[in-house]
Amino acid sequence: MKYDLILVRFGEITIKGRNRNRFETMLLTQIQMALKAMPALEYVRGYARVYIHLNGESYEKVSERLKDIFGIMTFSPVISTKHDLEAIRECALGLMQSIAPAPATFKVSVKRGWKQYPHDSLEMNHLVGAHVLRNSPGLKVDVRNPEVELKVDIQHLSAYVYCEVIKGAGGFPLGMNGKAMLLLSGGIDSPVAGWMSMRKGLKVEAVHFHSYPFTSEQAKEKVITLAKRLAYYGGKIKLHLVPFTEIQTKLAQAGQDSLIITLMRRSMLKITERLAEENGALAIVTGDSLGQVASQTLGSMNVIGRSAALPLLRPLVMMDKQDIITIAEQIDTFSTSILPFEDCCTLFVPKSPAINPNLKLVEKVEAHLGEEFERLIDEAVAGTEVLVLKEDGQETTEAQKEDAWF
Amino acid sequence: MKNYYYDHCASTPMWPTVVETMTELMKLHYANASALHRSGAEAMKLVDRARSSVAERMGAKPNEVIFTSGGTESNNLAIKGLINQAARTAKHMIVSAVEHASVTECAKQLEAAGVRLTILPVDRLGRVNPKDLVSAIDKDTVLVSVMHVNNETGTIQPIREIGQAIAAFPHVKFHVDGIQAIGRVPFDWANDGVHLYSGSAHKFGGPKGMGFLLVKEGIDLTPLLNGGSQESGVRSGTHNVPGIVAMSQALRLASESMDSRREKMYLLRRQLLSIVSEIPELVVNGANGEGEREITAPHVLNISYPGMRPEVIIHMLEKHSILVSSQSACSSKSLRPSKVLLAMGFDADRASGSIRISFGDEHTEEDVAVLGERLRTVVAKLKPLERNDK
Repeated sequence: MKYDLILVRFGEITIKGRNRNRFETMLLTQIQMALKAMPALEYVRGYARVYIHLNGESYEKVSERLKDIFGIMTFSPVISTKHDLEAIRECALGLMQSIAPAPATFKVSVKRGWKQYPHDSLEMNHLVGAHVLRNSPGLKVDVRNPEVELKVDIQHLSAYVYCEVIKGAGGFPLGMNGKAMLLLSGGIDSPVAGWMSMRKGLKVEAVHFHSYPFTSEQAKEKVITLAKRLAYYGGKIKLHLVPFTEIQTKLAQAGQDSLIITLMRRSMLKITERLAEENGALAIVTGDSLGQVASQTLGSMNVIGRSAALPLLRPLVMMDKQDIITIAEQIDTFSTSILPFEDCCTLFVPKSPAINPNLKLVEKVEAHLGEEFERLIDEAVAGTEVLVLKEDGQETTEAQKEDAWF
Repeated sequence: MKNYYYDHCASTPMWPTVVETMTELMKLHYANASALHRSGAEAMKLVDRARSSVAERMGAKPNEVIFTSGGTESNNLAIKGLINQAARTAKHMIVSAVEHASVTECAKQLEAAGVRLTILPVDRLGRVNPKDLVSAIDKDTVLVSVMHVNNETGTIQPIREIGQAIAAFPHVKFHVDGIQAIGRVPFDWANDGVHLYSGSAHKFGGPKGMGFLLVKEGIDLTPLLNGGSQESGVRSGTHNVPGIVAMSQALRLASESMDSRREKMYLLRRQLLSIVSEIPELVVNGANGEGEREITAPHVLNISYPGMRPEVIIHMLEKHSILVSSQSACSSKSLRPSKVLLAMGFDADRASGSIRISFGDEHTEEDVAVLGERLRTVVAKLKPLERNDK
């Protein structure tokens, strides 16, 4: 079928009373940004919806991209036609016959935005429905639970016919709910946590801790690749690369092997909180999933979480690993996440990490490290390198030079 | 005197920017892409980017692209890699009668090792009939290999029809040698029902020594080369970083401009065709102008001068600065007819005397007019020397 436009319906934002207009504008801008490679597209706003006129651009390409934009509830490919009765009937029949496999039941819902139209909606339901029925052997009408609902929308300039409803990504428009820092390790969970946060309307900035030379350049590349993938969903992504070697080696020599992970995690939260403050973020998102590893037991979460005052958001906390993997595959981060480069958390892992660390003891160790520990945290924050990543690359002059080779 | 290079089927001139890219990369990125240090990681990043770019141009996923040393390796890897994966007993493969030597010789070697081989006939235009193919498939069939565009005649095989026919037999995989097709004939990796597709960089303005094989997700191949497990273990060997990036750039240039280049090459082919039709000594092998887009690639015209040895014509043309090829592997003493033309049903006389003229981006209508004129001169000179054994 050759479609002329796409009807995009907005999701959860329609429930937000006074701010609706602002949020819808936000979402429209995001749609336009995501589709800017196709300049022929035209956008017309309606109530809680937008019509995208394809003007010859490929429906498949547009729909492929729309599926990943947050805040879109559903969308439908639409055929526009002249609004004399015969044209509408032929168009409706053609669309019904193009559905594979052929449906057994349907109903017609005609809406008349242009009230001067000579037939009213009920009449039109009948006129269009009868035509389709006559020409489709085996098809029946079911007004209660039809397999296909054939919709006709009659406006002043033309009539729109459609039946397919495609599910969008849902959620809120990106950034509508503020900004959070995302701890991005390079594993399977954290990119999923990032995607879920963005879906809920959070703008995220990623924070990654690297311990060169204990970790490799490839581990960093892997995180950059993941952040670029997140940038596909979230526009530009800021990636903070925090040098963690000094702190990690210091903690490793504190003589409390079983607490190393707890101490590391606490210092990561402290650093992230500082970065959040500098960048105006109001929460920290982690990929923690209850009970998955020693640092994600309830006991550990308690002791680790206390090191930061900002809300800790853990979108995956009650999810099973397999469900997390399924999302990672859907959002296309899984294959990168399983590349075998060690991140800083897998280093210095003690034989038996504490699953129920003692808060008093942890605080004592930190107090013992004293001012030097504070200094190391300051240094880590100061030494943090920031990359601004886009889906298709990095904003640097070096990258621009490389572009000439491809 | 200006040389007129009409042998694009054999190899194409490199895009000038690709030569620059490759030179620059050889200077800057000499590190081994598998090395742990930063230079290695940077090199690997370029390899990954090139892989994504090749995948995008071919409509494939990045993990479906395996870099190889060229078309011959890609064909060998596809065929042997797949056959060696299959159960030891009862293996059967089908190839067309007009394949490139890198496919037929592979098939023969496997046949000697006990694989059953069926060779599919072609019609007068050199095309396989998908119905013949379906009746050749049995329960042991593992692989079908049919080329996309023939390297001697330019004939296009009905790849999509074959792919659709094979889809009914889930145990059969379909390999297509796409080496002559890339950048010249459209191909739909996602929908044509092809499982393996071979490409070679120097046929689309890239460097020699570089190629790729597309492998559909989920298909395992037994490697030909074992070693450091590069290319997901399917093709070991240090990555040729400059070559890989250069190939990806050449592929982008060739794909982006394909539509307009195709139009131009079809135009030149028609012009040449009408010149040849005015020279009664010459006959066309393969498609003439009718329905050309379905049947023939735009860049080749194969003609014969029955009764005249092709080397003589080639050397005469060369004296007039026109470089063309014959396709027969001929030595000075024995004259072996082209297997492709024999398979198309031509007699040995015609199959032995064929000349392949293949052109590309640099050619203009004036160039083809010059070619036509010199072709006429050469034929007129040779006319008195015609052998007439019949």
